[in-house]
Amino acid sequence: MEQAAASQMAAKKNDKGHRRRLFYDTCGRWFFGAAACVMSIVIFAIIFLVGKQGLQTFAEVSPLEFFFSGQWDPLSGKYGALFFILGSFLSTALAILIGAPLGLMGAIFLAKVAPTWLQHVMRPAIDLYTAIPSVVYGYVGLVVLVPWLRETFGQATGFGLLAASLILAVMILPTILSISTDALQAVDPSLEEASLALGATWWQTVQHVVLPAAAPGILTAVVLAMARAIGETMAVQMLIGNTPQLAVSLFSPTATLTSNIVVEMGNTPFGSVWGNALFLMAFVLLLLSLAMILLVRRFGQRRFA
Amino acid sequence: MDTRMQNQAAVVVLWLAGLSILGLLAVFLGYVLYRGLPVLSLDFVLGKSSDILAGGGVGAQLFNSFYMLALSLGLSIPVALGAGLYLAEYAKETKLTKCIRLSVESLATVPSIVLGLFGMILFVNVLGLGFSILGGALTLVLLNLPLLVRVTEEAIRTVPKSYREASLALGATKLQTITRVILPKALSGILTGITLTAGRALGETAILIFTAGTTVSRHRFDFDVMAGGETLAVHLWYLMSTGLVPDRERIADGIGALLVLAILVCNILLMVPVKIWGKQRGRQ
Repeated sequence: MEQAAASQMAAKKNDKGHRRRLFYDTCGRWFFGAAACVMSIVIFAIIFLVGKQGLQTFAEVSPLEFFFSGQWDPLSGKYGALFFILGSFLSTALAILIGAPLGLMGAIFLAKVAPTWLQHVMRPAIDLYTAIPSVVYGYVGLVVLVPWLRETFGQATGFGLLAASLILAVMILPTILSISTDALQAVDPSLEEASLALGATWWQTVQHVVLPAAAPGILTAVVLAMARAIGETMAVQMLIGNTPQLAVSLFSPTATLTSNIVVEMGNTPFGSVWGNALFLMAFVLLLLSLAMILLVRRFGQRRFA
Repeated sequence: MDTRMQNQAAVVVLWLAGLSILGLLAVFLGYVLYRGLPVLSLDFVLGKSSDILAGGGVGAQLFNSFYMLALSLGLSIPVALGAGLYLAEYAKETKLTKCIRLSVESLATVPSIVLGLFGMILFVNVLGLGFSILGGALTLVLLNLPLLVRVTEEAIRTVPKSYREASLALGATKLQTITRVILPKALSGILTGITLTAGRALGETAILIFTAGTTVSRHRFDFDVMAGGETLAVHLWYLMSTGLVPDRERIADGIGALLVLAILVCNILLMVPVKIWGKQRGRQ
């Protein structure tokens, strides 16, 4: 009798413990789900708050003026952001033109040519490229690149579009390298073997078989590099010269959306038209980067964060 | 040029490209260290910064950098772990899951200056935190989250399915399986991800200028989260754009070297033990 009672007690205790564990299990599931939902809440909050603050500009400034006028003179009420938008696009385009070919060649090297030991060196090296703070990039640009450009090309200052784009080109290298390398390595080896067996040289195989097969991944890499370049702030601000004018040559000082926000945000009262115009510029940047993410998803390639 | 020559030329060019990418990095890091290492001294690393006089140090900024990093990681790791676990273990392919995935990707590409301005609206103005360590740390969380979620999810996905099945078959609940089987197995991957994220957050500037500000507390090592939170990276930028100190290039050199050293330590020293540990666990 006593034994049966004891075992019943034990079973009850076990049951209680089991129920407790099941309860914890449910709690865990809810916590994990909630944590995941935080991600969506955050991005919507960013779009909402930055958008709301920025769009208030249109109460005082017409969208036409903001997007299509280059006259930026907040003290006399002129808020034309065209040159900043163009500056952002130009510096990004130039950075891609310089950085993407080098990055792509590096990726082909890393994926197909480099011996294993060198791959083990290059992978962490790419991580290091990403890890170097953008102010350090900007600072090295400031003390090395700008004087060098000034001396070599006989320019007045050396600040300007080219200096910013060269540093940006270095900064987007890791993005292009890592994503293109993964894309190249993911190409089915049997495709390559078939091409080689048909008598194509290795380079012909790479050109006509491997690169086209990896094209969606490489495009993804380029678009994400563009997103990084257009959003880059510190290095660009330190090198571009910060003058709200159109860049007519590679050496003319100009400004971008990001650099202008950093330069002027400190001087503007929160909630003024000037401040709101800067928030609107940030909103434009936000929409551009979101558009790029949607573009990348169209390529249907691997995920990226 | 016949095709064979082209082939050889291509190989040579690719080698050059690969080596120049490595060389560029080595020269870059070497140059920053070469300029900055002679500046580093105990006085510089721990000393107080000065607005006008030469000979200032970066003690408060160094402290702020790591304090803010610790705060932001402490806040973001639980959420990121949860979200990563949800995406890797629980999520079915519903609309909600797709929305969450898209959010993580979008958040990762939002330019940091935009995150900074968002933090400025929400934390500095709406919540009234002012330019403070807390405001900066909270905004920094936004930068950490997407990176951490991604590495957590990837690390958890590398755990073989048989582990889960074995644990569940023994009668463990899903939560027990996660905490006792999956997380220990994925730990080295998660730690590597945290290290990389920490390196990035340490050097972040654009996010912090308008949330943590460009001032530091009067006390040297101030744990008050409402104090001004200028970090090393922000100080470097501030010096080079508006600084008045006569020896600003010297200080900037020193900060550059400190930042690069911190990142090298993050990337190399911390990853080595994790790898060894991972191997040992694998053998058991």
